[in-house]
Amino acid sequence: MVALFYIFAAVAVLAALSVVFQRTPVYSALSLIVVLCSLAVVYLLLGAEFLAVIQVIVYAGAIMVLFVLVIMLLNARQETPTDRSRLARWLGAPLLAALLAEILWVVWKQFPPASTPAAPAMDAGPAAIGQLLFRNYVLPFEVTSILILVAILGAVVLAKKQL
Amino acid sequence: MATFFDQHFLFLISLAKVAVVLLVLLTIIAYLSWLERKLIAHIQARWGPYLVGPHGLLQPIADGLKFLFKEDVVPLEVDRVLYWLAPFLAFTLAFLSIAVIPFGEGFTFRGHTIQFQITDLNVGLLFIFAVTSLGVYSITLAGWSSNSKYPLFGGLRSSAQMISYELTLGLAVVGVLMIAGTLSLRGIVESQRGFWHLGGIPILPRWNVFVQPIGFLAYFTAAVAETNRIPFDLPEGETELVGGFHTEYSSFKFAMFFMAEYANMVTVSCLATLLFLGGWSGPVFGPSVLRVLLPIFWFGLKVFCFLFFYIWMRGTLPRFRYDQLMSFGWKFLLPVALLNIVATSFVVAWLNA
Amino acid sequence: MVPLSHYLTLSAILFGLGVAGFIFRKNVITIFMCIELMLNAVNLAFIAFSRYLGSLHGQVFVFFVIVVAAAEAAVGLAIIIALYRTRASLAIDELDSMKM
Repeated sequence: MVALFYIFAAVAVLAALSVVFQRTPVYSALSLIVVLCSLAVVYLLLGAEFLAVIQVIVYAGAIMVLFVLVIMLLNARQETPTDRSRLARWLGAPLLAALLAEILWVVWKQFPPASTPAAPAMDAGPAAIGQLLFRNYVLPFEVTSILILVAILGAVVLAKKQL
Repeated sequence: MATFFDQHFLFLISLAKVAVVLLVLLTIIAYLSWLERKLIAHIQARWGPYLVGPHGLLQPIADGLKFLFKEDVVPLEVDRVLYWLAPFLAFTLAFLSIAVIPFGEGFTFRGHTIQFQITDLNVGLLFIFAVTSLGVYSITLAGWSSNSKYPLFGGLRSSAQMISYELTLGLAVVGVLMIAGTLSLRGIVESQRGFWHLGGIPILPRWNVFVQPIGFLAYFTAAVAETNRIPFDLPEGETELVGGFHTEYSSFKFAMFFMAEYANMVTVSCLATLLFLGGWSGPVFGPSVLRVLLPIFWFGLKVFCFLFFYIWMRGTLPRFRYDQLMSFGWKFLLPVALLNIVATSFVVAWLNA
Repeated sequence: MVPLSHYLTLSAILFGLGVAGFIFRKNVITIFMCIELMLNAVNLAFIAFSRYLGSLHGQVFVFFVIVVAAAEAAVGLAIIIALYRTRASLAIDELDSMKM
């Protein structure tokens, strides 16, 4: 069971590397789907069964379909390397390394491996999340539904051929 | 004293279940193709396959051999990775959703209970929807990677159709979930046990099809659209788009798409049986061996009814035009499913008050 | 038992890779996908904490993040389609002036 986390973590990292370093956008999108599915397995290992399936249904099964269809619609070809700006590369890489090092240092200092016993497995099924969602978080829930409506309207208007 | 069998019980039994289910499913798919050809032939007043074996019963074996030995033609400009990935993805996903489908009650063997289900997830129904929503990619990638007009149109149309009807598929089932109160498939079947009584006489089994008729119709229509069958098979219709998304595929890869489509049909029929027709409920009598096997027989009979209906529709109905298909899905079926949810929730809340 | 810091390390690595793609890539859609990668890294951190602190609120927050990511993806891709129609280019270097 513990080995499963490391296996799927390795798969997720390799797929994320593929997302970042692939030249063809379609392969990046497919690698992102692999990342999403392996993260869904990690959520399952953490006991979040409802969110794992929601991640696959909504994120990997709907949002990424949107990405893939747009890539196919726009016929996005392979990227050609550019030399318009070296600043991003020369300044970005060390800063990114510094950000990563800082996050990892904080994490390893605050949560040394021995000191965090796992809480007992809680009921993370749809009923429990539904209770929280419709009692404590009912206002964000309703606002989110309006947000989705606005997003739909915006997407339809923006993607029209003629306004 | 615990033997090797007892210690590694779960692992061995799961392995055995997977092997049995795969073998049975492959045989069912092979003979489903025979059944389809025979039924459609008889609907069209002709014989169908009858040369190979009695009544053409060995035809699937001949077809399988043909697919194995046929020349594999790969066009020049295809995207290699995606071209090979798409049929294998379709095949794998189609067989993955069988893992949570229960076929019958369990039995005990040497103190261990063995259920007729590979695994019972708490969110079993959502797992099947997750696998279905990943199945859109296989068709999209097949159409895109073939680098040719007809597959591209077929692939894009089919993926748009599938994601539209997925919504209705999910929403049509919510009424059943409100009644059953659980997402586990075994739990949903358990909630349909027993009969409704009128004056002490049981008249009607507690199947969800009697309580949720609109949900049942919406589910089955959306399921036919999801599996790309007539009347919703415009993306692969022979008279419309040559072969649709599988035009450029030959021999073994085409066979994989073919098998994936039949496996999806079987999964959807099993799900319809579990959700609406009470699963494996039926008269059970006799010695204990018969008591274990009879539920599986009733389950198989109900699934066979759905498959027969699928094939019957293929032989009888014309196909939808693409814009008719999309407007039917979004403007009629989705509002109907939503209204069904609203009505069911009112009734359930009123009955529980 | 896997310690919490391992989950957070995975989350940090995925986030770092997302930022790397965001900085170094030229194609607008790939940049957008790296943003989604960053969002997923944060989701993982939320769920890891939710498990280790024994509270379901983290998972409800992930639910909202996923929904907002969906809305954002829809609008963002519509914007990209509109941009492509006017500029005929998906390279972010060439989307640098307000003039048509």
